[in-house]
Amino acid sequence: MKHRTLVGVAGITAAALTLTACGGGDDDGDSTSDGPAALRMTVWTADEAQLALFQEIADAYVAEHPDTVSEIGFETLPFEDYTTGITTQIAGGNPPDLAWIFESSAPEFVASGALLDLRPVLEETDGYDVDDLEPDALRLWESDGGLYAYPFSNSPFGVFVNTDQLTAAGQPLPADLIASGEWTWDRAAEIAAATAQAGGKAGLVVRDFDFALWENLGTIWSSFGAQPWSADGSTCEFTSPEMIDALTWIHDQIFTTGAMPGPGTTADFFAGDAAMTVTQISRASALDESFGWDLVPLPDGPAGHVNVIGQAGIGVFADGPNAEVAADFLAYFTSPENAERLAAYFPPPRTSLLTAQTLQGANAKLTAEQLQAVVIDGIPGAVTKPAHANFAQLQQAVRAELDALWTADADVTAVAESVCAAADPLLGG
Amino acid sequence: MATATMSPPQRRLNRREDVLTGFAFVLPQLVGSLLFVIGPLVAVVWYSLHDWNVLANSFTYSGADNYERLASDPGFHDAMRASGIFSAGLVLLNVSLALALAVMLNQRLPGTATFRAFFFSPVVVSLVAWTIVWGFLLQADGGINGFLSQLGVDGPNWLREGPTAMLSVIVVQVFKNVGLNMVLFLAALQGVPKEVREAATMDGASPWRSFWSVTVPLISGTILLVSILTVVGSLQVFAQIAVLTQGGPGTSTTVIVYYLYQQAFQFQEFGYASAVSVVLFVIVAILTFVQWQTRKRWVFHEV
Repeated sequence: MKHRTLVGVAGITAAALTLTACGGGDDDGDSTSDGPAALRMTVWTADEAQLALFQEIADAYVAEHPDTVSEIGFETLPFEDYTTGITTQIAGGNPPDLAWIFESSAPEFVASGALLDLRPVLEETDGYDVDDLEPDALRLWESDGGLYAYPFSNSPFGVFVNTDQLTAAGQPLPADLIASGEWTWDRAAEIAAATAQAGGKAGLVVRDFDFALWENLGTIWSSFGAQPWSADGSTCEFTSPEMIDALTWIHDQIFTTGAMPGPGTTADFFAGDAAMTVTQISRASALDESFGWDLVPLPDGPAGHVNVIGQAGIGVFADGPNAEVAADFLAYFTSPENAERLAAYFPPPRTSLLTAQTLQGANAKLTAEQLQAVVIDGIPGAVTKPAHANFAQLQQAVRAELDALWTADADVTAVAESVCAAADPLLGG
Repeated sequence: MATATMSPPQRRLNRREDVLTGFAFVLPQLVGSLLFVIGPLVAVVWYSLHDWNVLANSFTYSGADNYERLASDPGFHDAMRASGIFSAGLVLLNVSLALALAVMLNQRLPGTATFRAFFFSPVVVSLVAWTIVWGFLLQADGGINGFLSQLGVDGPNWLREGPTAMLSVIVVQVFKNVGLNMVLFLAALQGVPKEVREAATMDGASPWRSFWSVTVPLISGTILLVSILTVVGSLQVFAQIAVLTQGGPGTSTTVIVYYLYQQAFQFQEFGYASAVSVVLFVIVAILTFVQWQTRKRWVFHEV
């Protein structure tokens, strides 16, 4: 009897395992490349206007290529966990065909071999005009002559200013300071502190930093001549004199002058909670008529003026069953004509389109002067936010050590040393 | 009498049918556990012996490398310590508060039913919703510090300073689940015979003495159960950490499950994360086994 029970259990186990195996097999069945493919692109925007534009371009492509593509969908993953979301999909055996990629993860994705080299497809596509692409913009996404993602968005950082709040506090407007050559971080902080003091709201907010995503502080420390690690990514530079100066300056603005809000305080510029915010121009869509505002370039620092851009690329997963179709769609999605339409939200890497006139045609909220000063003049020679092949671990390790900096009596040099102690084993590897 | 008239082969046939019917009844549950519990469990052990890079699509056998790395990984040791502090704090606060509440609400006084419902209600609230609300309350300029400033107290930045961050996470978890433990204790207290306590009182025992020497031994089985459940639950804490502190400040609230999540889903170290989860599984299994084995020594009677 006992024996028979065991046989029964074994039989059921075998049946269950067979079922599991079948389940696995079915997944593969879905993704054969027979017949028109259904393509899926993961994005981090949830903006309805942007998604509607993507869908319009995608639907036009499907209409032109009914034999190869049946439908194209855009799947929004949350911004904060975006890269985690894609890798989880890959680990689960269900990778997207195309994906937006953060610049911070670019080296990791480019080096992994997960992405398809797009250069051959783009070069073969009629009317694509690869030579029009700005070489500076492509650099992060290249490896050994291959181009592994297309940097569809090259969005410079600028400072949005609530002119109503500044005027009410009797402070000068940044536009006037720029005219007189006085638009520096120190002046910006003074104005922010005075406005915060007068209005009881927050002063200068580095958007998305929130005392965790420290890479956004690159918008400040770049013009102090500081960078988190050497250009080749092998040496920690948090202990450089420039970085110590920059961190000290930021610390002072938070804990001494009150120009920047402290940890655990939420202040949304676009809801009227702050005097100024450092962010990308694509955020202009969040503005309405509820207060007067201006957009100006980043202030100058001790090292002069440095433009900082945030990039985002679109890559095609090489292992996907529809990789070739997906690459062809990408060439269509980013053709000169469609790049001009996407320019409403995402400054393209095409030199021919980077004119105030083109951009203004697409972006009614910003004036030609604002676009010229922040976007057109902001892209050439710009530095990108920090990126590294080991970025996810570095982000976390540096974040954990920098937490010690966000108290009133922090020792900046000691914190910088502990940041490097934590980062060094992860760099260079 | 009926069986006596059956021939042996018939009897065997009947028993065989019984066995098949039995299997048919447990089959759905069995297949479910095999597919969704035992299967993944075995798979995790298998993954833990591999170096799995999702992006590069590489899956190579690496033997015990991941376990060796665990032994010398300061991040893992920090996570173990954080989990230890969290568990100790949680068990201490949760069990003592639950017991105190149960004793108070075991009195025959008007309004106790309302208070019981009041303390139990957080148990039925969604964990994440509960935690998000507490996240707002614990902000530097949030409700708790607002209340404290009314009293003239300058409250700390609860979630941003090492010791208070851990304390906050523990307290949020205690308030969430103390009601459940309270109900278990209430049930146990109501099972303590009144005569025994009356006898103790007549022998001159103070209420305190009668509680410690009569009531506690009689409910020791429940205390054990509650402690085991709380420890095992505390080692699996994740959502509160993810919502409130993301493991910070520094790594002070990076408990073992959050560390595992970071390794797997943020750093794409799926093999290494699997090794962490195998170790966590073993720890939980050992703790449960040890607590169960020692029950005879400190539990007054078997429940």
